[in-house]
Amino acid sequence: MRTIEQYLPEHPFFAGLDTGALAIVCGCATNVSFAPGEFLFRQGQPANQFFVIRRGRVALQIHGPAVGTMVVDTADAGDVVGWSWLVPPYHWLFDARAVEPTGAVSFDGECLRGKCEEDPRLGYQLMKSVSQVMLSRLTAARVRLLDVYGKANSVSPLLSPLLAEAEATWARPRQAGATHPGATNAGATNAEPG
Amino acid sequence: MPSLAERQGTQPVGALVPRLFRVANRRQDTADTFTMMLEPLDGVALDFVPGQFTMLAAFGVGQVPISVSSDAMVDGPLCHTIRDVGPVTHALSRTSVGDVVGVRGPYGTGWDVAGGENLDVVLVAGGIGLAPLRPAMLEVLHHRQRYGRVVLLYGTRSPEDVLFADELKRWENLGVEVLITVDYGTPAWDGRVGLVTTLIKRAGFDPHSSLALVCGPEVMMRFTATALIERGVRPERVRVSLERNMRCGVGLCGHCQYRELFICLDGPVLPYARVADLLGTREL
Repeated sequence: MRTIEQYLPEHPFFAGLDTGALAIVCGCATNVSFAPGEFLFRQGQPANQFFVIRRGRVALQIHGPAVGTMVVDTADAGDVVGWSWLVPPYHWLFDARAVEPTGAVSFDGECLRGKCEEDPRLGYQLMKSVSQVMLSRLTAARVRLLDVYGKANSVSPLLSPLLAEAEATWARPRQAGATHPGATNAGATNAEPG
Repeated sequence: MPSLAERQGTQPVGALVPRLFRVANRRQDTADTFTMMLEPLDGVALDFVPGQFTMLAAFGVGQVPISVSSDAMVDGPLCHTIRDVGPVTHALSRTSVGDVVGVRGPYGTGWDVAGGENLDVVLVAGGIGLAPLRPAMLEVLHHRQRYGRVVLLYGTRSPEDVLFADELKRWENLGVEVLITVDYGTPAWDGRVGLVTTLIKRAGFDPHSSLALVCGPEVMMRFTATALIERGVRPERVRVSLERNMRCGVGLCGHCQYRELFICLDGPVLPYARVADLLGTREL
């Protein structure tokens, strides 16, 4: 397996960094491994790291009283996991769980934050790279909210408990005589090309 | 009961007259998707090319355009894999073995799989879009030596919605690279979660010598085609299968008109380069 110093310069996430900046980043990095079921981090805990996955798979999951535990994304080899280390209040918003035997490079977020404060150029480069990851994940989340594989008028499973709650809230005044638009059911043919 | 044409000894005239097919078998694929296997009452098989569709009639309810999902190169029942989403598909979902349905067609253009000979073939399916791609995959596998690497990228809503699960494993065993992702997973799902477009960078194909066949919801096809082209696939080698509200299937009624195109005649399979600007046009 290549060393961290060999691996990171080839990774697109670090493409904008010069040799000196790369050396700083490598100084904050260590190789880590996780067994299936082991957590890289847990929702609500302090976010002091991020990871570049070298092998295996990590599931990003979220909990809610209505939805239980739902896997909202996975990260495979080459993917970057975690941006909460860079944005106050530095707490994880999701769980990250190894699905397979997983190897990763772990970066000390506190160490890197300090280096970024000292060297704004490094900070700007890293912020640009993290922004790319955030943008792609945000875009993916927005597209999935369209629920393109669902039936007409269906909603994302993540939204349905919230809508059910809203529906219940709406239903109360309706029972008292208020009007309620209700759900339409557009006549759809088979959703796919025919 | 014999049809009026049979009783009077006349032949059906015109492309709008449905032929009668008996439901020979039926399979429930997922909670809302099923496959009907049909046999012609007159014993004459319906020849089609992968990618074409038929107008399936539930008598007394209506007709819907459904792509054929069976193997075009093997004699056997005519298969349609259908999602129960509206009155006609619901009526079809309630049919039993022995019931009779109407079939018109086949209509429209096919995938032209042979156009990918000597190339890598990348099939990208979204949701039930896997069904119209199945005959294309089977054609490639019948002539495996004529093609390079074969890749199937499949995105669907949840693990429970994965179609043809056994067949996907069989294709994998035949050397097809099969990558699956779902929009939402439970902790028990150990596969990928995310958009089907994320699979494009992971798949092992040479984008500069690949044919890509894409079928799924329009939004998915637009993002997928863009990602394929970004990776290096030539736009004229990306084919998509469009869906519009079809009625006659033969270009007469205009229901499926898409600016200058009649999807029932010019499509459903079209080069992405020809429709890219249409797909980006609002309310068209």
